[in-house]
Amino acid sequence: MGATVKAVTVREGTPPFAFSEAALAECRTIIARYPEGKSKSALLPILHIAQSENNGWLSVNAMDAVAQVLGIQHIEVYEVASFYSMFNLHPVGTYHLEVCRTSPCMLRGADDLITHLEKRLNIHVGETTKDGLFTLKAVECLGACGYAPMLQCGAKFHEHLTPEKADALIEQMRAENKRQNYTDR
Amino acid sequence: MARKLLLEHIDKPGIRGLEGYRANGGYRSVEKALKTMSPEAVLEEVKKSGLRGRGGAGFPTGMKWSFLAKPPGVPRHLVCNADESEPGTFKDRYLMEFIPHLLVEGMITSSFALGANLSYIYIRGEYFYVARILEQAIAEAYAAGWLGKNILGSGYDLDLHVHIGAGAYICGEETALLESLEGKRGNPRIKPPFPAVKGLWDRPTVVNNVETLAAVVPIVNEGGEEYAKLGIGKSTGTKLISAGGHINKPGVYEIDLSLPAEEFLMSDEYCGGISGGRPLKAVVPGGSSVPIIPGELFLKTAKGEPRLMSYESLSDGGFATGSMLGSGGFYAYNDTACIVRSTWNHTRFYHHESCGQCSPCREGTGWMEKVLHRIEHGAGHMEDIDLLWDIQRKIEGNTICPLGDAAAWPVASAIRHFRDEFEFHVKYPTKVKDPNHFAKEPFRKEVKMYA
Ligand SMILES: Cc1cc2nc3c(=O)[nH]c(=O)nc-3n(C[C@H](O)[C@H](O)[C@H](O)COP(=O)(O)O)c2cc1C
Ligand code: SF4
Ligand code: FES
Repeated sequence: MGATVKAVTVREGTPPFAFSEAALAECRTIIARYPEGKSKSALLPILHIAQSENNGWLSVNAMDAVAQVLGIQHIEVYEVASFYSMFNLHPVGTYHLEVCRTSPCMLRGADDLITHLEKRLNIHVGETTKDGLFTLKAVECLGACGYAPMLQCGAKFHEHLTPEKADALIEQMRAENKRQNYTDR
Repeated sequence: MARKLLLEHIDKPGIRGLEGYRANGGYRSVEKALKTMSPEAVLEEVKKSGLRGRGGAGFPTGMKWSFLAKPPGVPRHLVCNADESEPGTFKDRYLMEFIPHLLVEGMITSSFALGANLSYIYIRGEYFYVARILEQAIAEAYAAGWLGKNILGSGYDLDLHVHIGAGAYICGEETALLESLEGKRGNPRIKPPFPAVKGLWDRPTVVNNVETLAAVVPIVNEGGEEYAKLGIGKSTGTKLISAGGHINKPGVYEIDLSLPAEEFLMSDEYCGGISGGRPLKAVVPGGSSVPIIPGELFLKTAKGEPRLMSYESLSDGGFATGSMLGSGGFYAYNDTACIVRSTWNHTRFYHHESCGQCSPCREGTGWMEKVLHRIEHGAGHMEDIDLLWDIQRKIEGNTICPLGDAAAWPVASAIRHFRDEFEFHVKYPTKVKDPNHFAKEPFRKEVKMYA
């Protein structure tokens, strides 16, 4: 958080954004969960939807659209989006691989898994492969400590990983080439 | 085998759905409470049960509920804390994933006791797929009349929703969680006022952990006194422990709170012993925020008595010789682990998760991370160890929320119990170049190889 706040991407050059009809309907369902006048509470869930609709990251245009849906100031959206680690303020690969590196996972080989993935994908943590397919990120405890080492991609947890299993996963992803979002059902 | 109250039916077929859950006695507590009890009577049972909050602090739940302000005409809320981000903790996820209706039932019975008509489950964003499972369970409960208007013809109304977070450990702290639920950054609030007086949207609010609310179900079904028969002393009932690290059988276990620590660690019913059959070096018994203790001190207290997995026994002797039960995020270290590396890792976590409001926490965690990084990577000085001690002491007790303390304690306890390992890193920088340095040649304090 404090340490890793990134600058919000400038508006120029970012792709235009508009919610789909289905997404807008979902936004309305979510807003209805909060009392009259408290719709700002829907901000986090709606940012998740916007991110899924915008190739896995939040451009300024996407955030502005969220502000409009909720009737709040743009800054109220930016300050929140920049606080939470699941919101990407820069583009990410089709597969955003988030490997847990916190102590309990470290004890079960998380560091070695990260090194293996770096070699395998030929990138460092924080980078995206040239073909735009994979972004590698090291994250903090995901609540899967007993099933370590593990990584999350979109809504899915991949647990009990070995180098072989990680390789197989990457091959499968290459073959499918389909974006994974947190909001996937 | 010890009695299970929460996970008793977890392996029954169809338990994730309403029908299977009902077939195993599900929703009895709602029937009992709404049809035969007053909200005050439910609160009385919770008080009698001695139930203590399962989120980490262990505060008596009945007492917390009795603090809830009830100004006329102001809605009250119950918010379930399903943020579960304390490293080592994955018990709430297990419960919500495999027996979601237990939480929904606990929320209904508890909301009734508190007089809340609108309740939320705040779940960490990374658990999106678990949120879907809960939403499904809630939809089933609405369809069957367990939620909504005039439940069971009692005149009691309740709406229950899942609210998804977006990745921030600090949102597990209850006031940060409420800020986040209001659509803001997760900055903890200055207390008082406490949430019981001014919580969600400034209304009186109770925040409870997933497991706490689930435990209300057996308490109402069987009565608080029956519940209090399990466990020992002020540690009543059962507790979910999520076990990981260097053990043979990582997983989630429901234990009686009187279980001996050694039995938990070594028996096949639970952790199944230390992985690789190696010696036990250290234990973090309750999530990364609690003090790390040497293996011998985990198994036996300083007085030489067997350690129990209870709140009191685990904290026996205070921080000099004890630790805490915390959230039940248990992990063990065998002799191939490096305590310095682990401490650096913990500190990096707290630095990353600090919300940045208080200087001691924001700056202190960063300094500690840097100093620990250099010691672990063979560039440390002897004075660094005292420097670390000094920094952690200046954080503890000087911040808005307990994250500061949580960042300080693991460093203090590591230096207190494993100082010679820090010194080894300073003296022998080349021996710690390999990140897995103690995997090949475990560190042994008895053998004074550098005497
Ligand atoms: C930094 C920090 C993180 C916390 N994380 C959690 C959490 O993930 N889950 C939880 O239930 N309680 C967490 N807590 C404790 C909550 O603030 C609160 O005490 C708890 O939810 C109350 O519920 P209980 O009384 O049922 O335990 C955290 C506290 C702090 C200071
Ligand atoms: S102690 Fe740390 S996390 Fe808590 S309010 Fe202060 S800066 Fe934020
Ligand atoms: S430490 Fe990796 S999931 Fe908890």
